[in-house]
Amino acid sequence: FFSLHSLIPPVPYRPCFIPPPLPAPHTTHLQGINLEFRTMDLMMEASNPKGYLSTPGPDRNGEHMMGTTIMAVEFKGGVVVGADSRTSTGSYVANRVSDKLSKVHDRIYCLRSGSAADTQAVADMVAYYLDMHSVEVDTPPAVKTAANLFKMITYNNKDRLLASIICAGWDAKNGGQVYSIPLGGSIVRQPFAVGGSGSTYIFGHCDSEYKKGMEQKECEAFVSKAIAHAMSRDGSSGGVIRLAIITENGVERKYIPGDKLPFMKDE
Amino acid sequence: PPTPNLPRSAARPGHSSGEMMMMGHGHEAKENPRTQTTQPIVTGASVLAITYADGVMMISDTLASYGSMARYKSVQRIGKVNDGAIVGASGEFSDFQYIKDLLEDLTDEDFDTADGRELSPKEIHSYLSRVMYNRRTKVNPLYNQLVVGGFDTSKGESYLGCVDMYGSTFKDDIVATGYGMYLALPLLRKGHDKKMNEEAARKLLEKCMTVLFYRDCRTINKYNIAKVTGSGVEISKPYSLKTEWGFKRFVDPHSSE
Repeated sequence: FFSLHSLIPPVPYRPCFIPPPLPAPHTTHLQGINLEFRTMDLMMEASNPKGYLSTPGPDRNGEHMMGTTIMAVEFKGGVVVGADSRTSTGSYVANRVSDKLSKVHDRIYCLRSGSAADTQAVADMVAYYLDMHSVEVDTPPAVKTAANLFKMITYNNKDRLLASIICAGWDAKNGGQVYSIPLGGSIVRQPFAVGGSGSTYIFGHCDSEYKKGMEQKECEAFVSKAIAHAMSRDGSSGGVIRLAIITENGVERKYIPGDKLPFMKDE
Repeated sequence: PPTPNLPRSAARPGHSSGEMMMMGHGHEAKENPRTQTTQPIVTGASVLAITYADGVMMISDTLASYGSMARYKSVQRIGKVNDGAIVGASGEFSDFQYIKDLLEDLTDEDFDTADGRELSPKEIHSYLSRVMYNRRTKVNPLYNQLVVGGFDTSKGESYLGCVDMYGSTFKDDIVATGYGMYLALPLLRKGHDKKMNEEAARKLLEKCMTVLFYRDCRTINKYNIAKVTGSGVEISKPYSLKTEWGFKRFVDPHSSE
């Protein structure tokens, strides 16, 4: 499955393993300013040498990127996750109805941003390992386990991947949980997380609208309104809003079409 | 038209302008090669235009993007020149505003001359192509693709053409800029008929703009449509179009049906 030339697999630490000296801090986070989205945008621009093509058109040399807006919120009985549906190649919309909510296990989903190829591959790998693991322990896997698998792959292969992922779900031990695994491969648990290029437009909105102890319906409204705002301003986000509500009882998927977005003030 | 000269102190902050004014203009290029417009900052997306039975119809969206950000969402990218012509622009928005000022000066001259004649759309097209080519030669282009459309009342004919940032000009019945060149032109060519009526022309242009809204990241669903006929220029207020998101595979991409 992992050939000599491909990625380093997520192997658990062994007792005799001596971690190497920490490398220089990853330059995406510079003096407290989060440049993550800029790195993605720069990557997108780097793949077409003139940032604004004087003869415009689809970026045939660039890989599919998901300039995107993704979001996950924890509530008492589970999590609400949401994303837009635009996959762009340069400024061409390659897929206007993509599904960025990927199931890695029955009650664990991941939200993908960055390179479409990288994130699809990593999510497939995590799904494979989780499947194995859940058979070995004979219980559904913990969300923390899934999140750490993401971390192991993205951290150990940080020089080769452009993947920024939010892993969220429900498990019996700790209920609803949201974990953010950004570009460098760090893992952070948060009550709610936003990601992707569109997230920069809604940090303020989310910080002011978020309340502790929201119910499921309130969380749904919070997520869809925030994503709608981000789609309204970010050129790399758009299309429809896909929501998934993950609880003990299962996963409910919702679809908000592009002409029925929650707020549409006079633009 | 004279290229606007920035005060010398703008290019070299820290120097007082009094000192600068003593220096001759010959030093300009050597010391401060003008790099005013090598990359566009605030940009507009596609403009489409076609000729039809009564004249010319042009449509654009109302967005001026700031890189990937949809920053100014109620901007008009089609301007009236005189009662017989309109100009639409994609690319750098500030350069379009400058071009509108130039055209306003021209129209004012016409008004002052008061000889009962105003510039025909062909003359405006020719003037703009000289301006664009001149700027290109000085390696300080106006970063636009312009669409010039109008109705020449003296001849009773429609006129439609385009000029780009290099000064290349084309006169045609169907014109598109930006992503419209790739996505809309084939649709326009298929559906166009010189003798189509206003309703059909409008529907065709709107269909193409919807496709562009689906497939161009730098667009929004808010448009201006303009027409020039024998009775003058009309530019609509901004309006939106219906979009389709209800296909089964859209709602559930993983469905097995």
